[in-house]
Amino acid sequence: MENIGIVSYGSNIPRFRIKVEDIASVWGKDGASISKGLGIKEKSVPSIDQDTATISVEAARSALKRCSINPKEIGAIYIGSESHPYAVKPTGTIVGEAIGATPDLMVADYEFACKAGTAGIQSCTALVKANLIKYGLAIGADTSQAAPGDALEYTASAGGGAFIIGKENVIATINHTCSFTTDTPDFWRRAERKYPSHGERFTGAPAFFKHITNCATNIMKIADSKPEDYDYAIFHQPNGKFPIKVAKILGFSYDQIKQGLLVPYIGNTYSGATMIGLASILDVAKPDDRIFLTSYGSGAGSDGFDITVTEKIKDLKRENAPTVAQMIEDKEYIEYGTYAKYTDLLYWE
Amino acid sequence: MRDVAIIGLGITKFGELWDKSFRQLTAEAGSKAIFDAGIGGKEIDAMYIGSMSSGRFIGQEHVGALVADASGFSHLHIPSTRVEGACASGGLAVREGYLSIASGMNDIVVVGGIEKMSDVGANAATEILMTASDQEWEAFFGATFPGIYAMIATKHMHDYGTTKEQLAQVAVKNHANGALNPNAQYQREIKLEQVLNTTTVAYPLGLLDCSPITDGAASIVLCAANKAKEYTDKPVKIIASGQASDTLSLHGRREICTLDSTVNAAKKAYKQANLSPKDIDLAEVHDCYTIAEICAIEDLGFVEKGQGGKAIENKITTLDGILPINTSGGLKAKGHPIGATGVAQIVEIALQLREEADKRQVNDAKIGLAQNVGGSGATCTVHIMEAI
Repeated sequence: MENIGIVSYGSNIPRFRIKVEDIASVWGKDGASISKGLGIKEKSVPSIDQDTATISVEAARSALKRCSINPKEIGAIYIGSESHPYAVKPTGTIVGEAIGATPDLMVADYEFACKAGTAGIQSCTALVKANLIKYGLAIGADTSQAAPGDALEYTASAGGGAFIIGKENVIATINHTCSFTTDTPDFWRRAERKYPSHGERFTGAPAFFKHITNCATNIMKIADSKPEDYDYAIFHQPNGKFPIKVAKILGFSYDQIKQGLLVPYIGNTYSGATMIGLASILDVAKPDDRIFLTSYGSGAGSDGFDITVTEKIKDLKRENAPTVAQMIEDKEYIEYGTYAKYTDLLYWE
Repeated sequence: MRDVAIIGLGITKFGELWDKSFRQLTAEAGSKAIFDAGIGGKEIDAMYIGSMSSGRFIGQEHVGALVADASGFSHLHIPSTRVEGACASGGLAVREGYLSIASGMNDIVVVGGIEKMSDVGANAATEILMTASDQEWEAFFGATFPGIYAMIATKHMHDYGTTKEQLAQVAVKNHANGALNPNAQYQREIKLEQVLNTTTVAYPLGLLDCSPITDGAASIVLCAANKAKEYTDKPVKIIASGQASDTLSLHGRREICTLDSTVNAAKKAYKQANLSPKDIDLAEVHDCYTIAEICAIEDLGFVEKGQGGKAIENKITTLDGILPINTSGGLKAKGHPIGATGVAQIVEIALQLREEADKRQVNDAKIGLAQNVGGSGATCTVHIMEAI
């Protein structure tokens, strides 16, 4: 593949946090044991004015602050989320307008559970390669939903990442990408339903692990690479255990995944998860660092990427926007009642 | 009554078998047993299938005929009957097969047991399993099986001084055995502290005191004993088949720490075999919860009432103990696909008596017993087998 890749990046994590132990205590559960079992201490919570559109705008603005691209040169925006504010009416138009990229612009909202953001990166990469656009903006963001008392309530959180894709001033080349997709109903939300349903343990072996291991193996086959060839690796992180386990299965070490493993501190940001993980790595990456990324979306599929950081990363003004580590540290704890208000649990029909 | 022998054994891997359907599992276990026996479809006179709740688990009733069909026998029109007695469905199917040959009606019978449980979530599975309890007196009031067995456990602790550690040692032992069984759901050893520190399900039972939700199937081929040597050099004779019932609800029992259905089924079986508990070399018992194994070894007469916990603690029932119990890993580690369990227990005992149990083989095993319980003890089957 010619030198097409990431030109700039940004991310956004809401500053409110709720501890797993606080959620557990409301339901009479053993918080310490749940926290240990899931490998997660706390999760981010969107405030009452934050949604996928605002998180996407913030992440996109951060990406633009770090580079010197004219937003009018962005020819496509794809936003992946399972919590688009509207069922009909795109999030992408809101973001396009907010960053000044309209009107000569391709826009579509994507949904593929937690991998819709990386699907957007693939689309932008293809459009740039086809010379149909100069720059594409791919965003993965969510304010994910979990029914009160459901196991997902401990992890479902909010956040997003934005990546500008192009072929000029590329800071990280996308060497290879591929996907592995099947119809596997492990997690879903029917139309008109407020909260998703899931297949409990079916979300593990036949879903998450099968798709990630197959996709990751395929990418390494295409790239003729081995786990030890990479400096960093990111796997989708629905909880703190799965990404560590899948890394071990594939032969990656904890040292390779730790920079991109954010779920213990912010929870599962769904479409934002691997995107923020990648942003966290780019916050510290050096030229020639090689990055391996495999996302996972229920339903189900995985997108795999083989990425190499270039010399241009030195020119990127990374300091112009907050790093992922800074956003993780900038937090304010709330208790369950406030959490319930902010996440609209207190509604009735 | 004619003597009956086991001439073929078949079992699938037990576990969360996401990629195998009810149909595939039953065909796999059945074909393994038929292949092991070296018989053809035309030689099968009847089939009996143990399945507790295929209707609720996978939305499929009428599984007697389905199993014959899935096995490729629909054109042979073999009479195939489903047998249901909750978690004792498999043991009952074995007994029906046994009786049909003993009566002289049939010469060769295939018995299968199956449950495909992982297609539903944990809450639904718990609800389905509770259909084996007394709905009016137990389930409607919110009881679940862990809760019911927890009541037995607390009473046992109160009356006999049984400890949580002794309960936990049942799980430790059965996992050690399961680690040696390539078909077990959990092929790993666990430590006492792990069992004691798991999440409490219903005091005193923790997560690792409970058998899991499992997919799996098992099958055996039964034959009139006088013809068994025509098919195999290692027939295993069923020398006794006992069955008994009791109240569905726990509160209706004479005494909740004793499963009178087990006591009575065992009494009938020992009488038929002209044996006593001390003649048994090994046993597979229904350890759906760790307390159930302690009650079972007492109710089967292996130890005095109240001494089950101490027997576990004194390692009497380990693989190299005086009376190995649940060499397969039991329901705890091997897994508990409800309808398959009773048949799988027979498969394990027959494997041991045929000296084919590999790493978990018990030395000089001549006589083995299998105890299969339905619900909290409303149904029980006890079979005694002997190598011939």
